[in-house]
Amino acid sequence: MQQDGLIQELQNGNERAFERIYQLYSESTYGIIFAIVKDEKVAEEILQDVYMKIWNNASSYDSDKGRFFTWILNIARNASIDKLRSKDFKNKRQNLQPDNFVDILETRTNYAAATDAIGIKKFLNAIEPVCKKLIDLLFFQGFTQKETAEELKMPLGTVKTKNRACIKSLRELVLE
Amino acid sequence: MDLHEYISSGILELYVCGALSEEESREVSRELKKHPEIREEVEEIEKALSQLAVSVAPYNPESLLASIKSKIAAKKEKTVPLHRKTSSIFTYMGWAASLLLLIGLFFLFNQNNDLREALKREQTRNAQMEQQIADARENAERAEELLAIIRDRNTTRIQLAGQAVAPDSYATVFWNIDANQAFIDAQGLPEPPRGKVYQVWSLTVQPLRPTSIGLLSDFAEDENKVFQLRNANNSEAFGITLEPEGGSETPTMDQLYVMGTVGTP
Repeated sequence: MQQDGLIQELQNGNERAFERIYQLYSESTYGIIFAIVKDEKVAEEILQDVYMKIWNNASSYDSDKGRFFTWILNIARNASIDKLRSKDFKNKRQNLQPDNFVDILETRTNYAAATDAIGIKKFLNAIEPVCKKLIDLLFFQGFTQKETAEELKMPLGTVKTKNRACIKSLRELVLE
Repeated sequence: MDLHEYISSGILELYVCGALSEEESREVSRELKKHPEIREEVEEIEKALSQLAVSVAPYNPESLLASIKSKIAAKKEKTVPLHRKTSSIFTYMGWAASLLLLIGLFFLFNQNNDLREALKREQTRNAQMEQQIADARENAERAEELLAIIRDRNTTRIQLAGQAVAPDSYATVFWNIDANQAFIDAQGLPEPPRGKVYQVWSLTVQPLRPTSIGLLSDFAEDENKVFQLRNANNSEAFGITLEPEGGSETPTMDQLYVMGTVGTP
């Protein structure tokens, strides 16, 4: 739920509002960052930078452009991809990471308390391979619709409708 | 506008993911402010995706808030405002010139950002292509390995025929006795229902004793449906049964899909 009043308060520089925003969004932000860099410590660093940016640049969020959630998502994905491309990170990690969020979740034994673990497991059992790719590219990697269509050699319209079907099954299993 | 059609088009999902162009995004934001139904739908999508992201997080990063707040506080102290009183035409001209410079810089900065974004995407795509090539190479190596096993003179080929529950199914076991390896070609088995898994058994006839040699896990995911299992038994026959997820201690005989005996060499 997007709380416009809370965002307004954040933009006014209210620290309590920032704390609340952090409570509401930090765990999902951390998940996004982790899905890209696949390293807990590095993801922690990036998460801190991302929330510094959220605090410092809150005024640049504009609800006419999109959702607050999406704004944070973009900051987090950009910061993570920047890190991924940086020299020191490249040297540190070789190609031993799992591929996408499904691989991460499948090797996970304990889920965070806030997660509906049963729903997520059901989703993993039911997810079609194409949904895995679509959600990975569009949500976790931040590809645009066009880039996704090119990447998966799929018509633009199919990306749109199929992605809806994929997220629909996620909704049915995760939110009851 | 047909609200139902708009919602089911899938544009709202792309909107939440941030996959639309800026213009398309603005359009959706406008519609969202006009129609509570759209807003509700967007919030549901957001909630589900947020849950998914939360589940990927290794843990709740609550404890980092304190460190972020102290960094913010440290930054604040450094930027103490300066007061100075000067006002002349030169000051204003100075300000005007700085403003112009700023606008120019901002323009360049924006352009630079766009370029960086594009570069970043290209780099991500490159990395993905590299991964795909590596995957393809791995597949080819695996296929070669399979072929070598099948051609090996120590490999026995056992045909498993469909049984009462599934008369049309079949499978083949390539058993390399020296290497204690069994390859199961399960192309002829139907996809197992959800919550069930195929389990492979090695059987001895005198006395009749089944020994599990493994599960055909991730059946639906495996494209060529060839599974490698270890078999160090003196098998006289092989059977495949359908069992609950995780497998069973002993085979469920009324769910015996295929079976075949090892011919005398």
